[in-house]
Amino acid sequence: MKPIAIICASLLLSFLVAMPLFALEIRTAVLRVDYPTRVPISRFDLMPDDMGFAGATLGNEDNQTTGSFLGIEFSTEFVATSPDKAGEALAALQADGIALIVVLASDDDLLALADAAGEGALILNAMARGTTLRDVQCRANILHIAPSQAMLADAVTQFAMWKKWPRWFLIEGSNAADLALGAEYRRAAQKFGAKLVEQRIFEDTGGSRRADTGHVLVQRQIPVFTQGARDHDLVIAADASDVFALYLPFHTWAPRPVMGSAGLRPVTFHATHESWGAMQFQTRFEKLANRYVREEDYQAWLALRVIGEAVIRTNSADPATLKDFALGDSFELAAFKGQAVTFRDWNGQLRQPILLTDSKVTVSVSPQEGYLHQRTALDTLGLDQPESACTAFTK
Amino acid sequence: MRTLFLLLGCLGAFATPALANKVFVSNEKGNTVTVLDSDNWEVLTEFNAGNRPRGIGISPDGKHLYVCASDDDTIRVFDADSYEELWTLPSGPDPELFTLHPSGNPLYVANEDDNLVTVIDTEKRTVLAEVPVGVEPEGMAISPDARFVVNTSETTNMAHFIDTTDYEIKHNVLVDQRPRYAVYTDDGARLFVSAEIGGTVSEIDPNAEGGPTLINKFEFAVPGVEPEWLQPVGMKITADKRWLFVALGPANRVAVIDLSTDEVVDYILVGQRVWQLAFTPDQKYLITTNGNSNDVTIIDVAAQKALKSVQVGQQPWGVVVAPN
Repeated sequence: MKPIAIICASLLLSFLVAMPLFALEIRTAVLRVDYPTRVPISRFDLMPDDMGFAGATLGNEDNQTTGSFLGIEFSTEFVATSPDKAGEALAALQADGIALIVVLASDDDLLALADAAGEGALILNAMARGTTLRDVQCRANILHIAPSQAMLADAVTQFAMWKKWPRWFLIEGSNAADLALGAEYRRAAQKFGAKLVEQRIFEDTGGSRRADTGHVLVQRQIPVFTQGARDHDLVIAADASDVFALYLPFHTWAPRPVMGSAGLRPVTFHATHESWGAMQFQTRFEKLANRYVREEDYQAWLALRVIGEAVIRTNSADPATLKDFALGDSFELAAFKGQAVTFRDWNGQLRQPILLTDSKVTVSVSPQEGYLHQRTALDTLGLDQPESACTAFTK
Repeated sequence: MRTLFLLLGCLGAFATPALANKVFVSNEKGNTVTVLDSDNWEVLTEFNAGNRPRGIGISPDGKHLYVCASDDDTIRVFDADSYEELWTLPSGPDPELFTLHPSGNPLYVANEDDNLVTVIDTEKRTVLAEVPVGVEPEGMAISPDARFVVNTSETTNMAHFIDTTDYEIKHNVLVDQRPRYAVYTDDGARLFVSAEIGGTVSEIDPNAEGGPTLINKFEFAVPGVEPEWLQPVGMKITADKRWLFVALGPANRVAVIDLSTDEVVDYILVGQRVWQLAFTPDQKYLITTNGNSNDVTIIDVAAQKALKSVQVGQQPWGVVVAPN
């Protein structure tokens, strides 16, 4: 039954391709909420003004190139807003008739925006990583392009277990987001059989991130902080606030590798990633933006590519039609990660391989060899259907 | 003349010993081309071929070997006998795959970074045209009557039909994710496009009324291999239009499709990350490049069995066999 349906749909499509008689106009927007930020520990992590927007610009261009052969016109608007004006900015976009909206915002703001947007809109989450957004707090009008913290923690854990480094020293920051990330690593350790032999909390005492010759102090503080830990294979850093993790490598008391928020980091994409045609993406992006790509850019690009693919295959601009297609069996998208990305139809999360980078090269890609799943190995990363309390998609 | 050879070759194993042909394999990481002897499958030599050699082809008279040196943004032309570099062709940036006009001129190459197909006069070594196509153009094929050049674009997911008389795109057909390679049957009646990430091979009727039309999709399944690793890449079709061989990349297998029944009939285990394929001129043998095991596998076409694997340079990518 299914192959026939596919062939029929394909026949119809090729007919449409042959004769681009009517123009379909697809209007999208990227809504970015900007927060007051502290200076990052590393200059490489300074936020560019066009963060996310540059990736979306490329995504729209890629869609438009395809659209030009099909009589489909893709356009994107960019809005950056402060948190208190985010609701107004969303309302203005909706009043303008835009219903396909890529959002780069915190967990709480994403949820508020999705609820305000209502059923007629399709929100594509290109930033927020809270696992609860894919769980009890899931919303039927959100597709999560960004991975959850659970997926990222599982990606690191699988690699650590593949290396046979099961004894962990977990160091968490003291902020709520750090503790939440630490909890993800605890859960991942239990899921894959790692042991937390030592756990410590690194207090965020405020103050400026950097001081001249700050490394002199760091070189004395970190060894002392990590002294006397029970025998471990690995240090796992849970530092969502960018307070201490980057100081851990080389400074730990015991000579052990660091993974998580520093050392080997789980990312959706990185400027050094070359495999599976990614060089072509890097080249296109750098030509356009005059800088290296960030995860937010890749995720915004991917969000618009999801829309583009759904539009091209359905020839529709209707958010509900596009969402149904994206969640359906025939949706798949190439994303420079060696296999197609698809959606979990029970919570709207994009399944995707996670890159593990040391910030110079792609060290490995999870899921790791040997982690199997009845559906796809990608579902060994993050919440699986039986674990997810999300019901918004099963109505 | 060549047709006669092909026919003789097809008559099978009783024919007199096949002529030895040189087999050229581009080694993407090794920056070399390995030369094999198709008589005994011994390595004759290995020579430097520029940075990141991928797409490889040979002129119809067998004199000139063309190698896409992707990281040098050029096509290097070598003397197929002496292996000396003769000159380069202005391919545009990052050339990957190309196809030659049946006469040997011009050459049509995909420029992945610029969303262009570049048409090059191989004698004057000049650019005849640049054709804007979809995002990340890759696969290239020319219809046997030389009327259309087919280009596949990996992110746009289309086969574009470029008219060779005016270099305009006349038709576009959507296929599955990341289309990699296109191949016609020798009579030009059937056209196949592989989709690496889609995991399918699409058949397009290139001569359908109202323009080329997608008419069928082939899917693959191998027990014990996760479906996402069945990634169709390089393809070749026997001259009798009966057998379509499809390299399945990280599945380490070549699928055999019987085009008389349109069934996938077998999967031949070869080396790791099988990428491109080439027949010997008599079509007795099919050679596969295996990027992750640094070897090529020789398949007996009639028996549909792998005969042996031969070590070549680092990360073999493309392969071409010198004509008789």
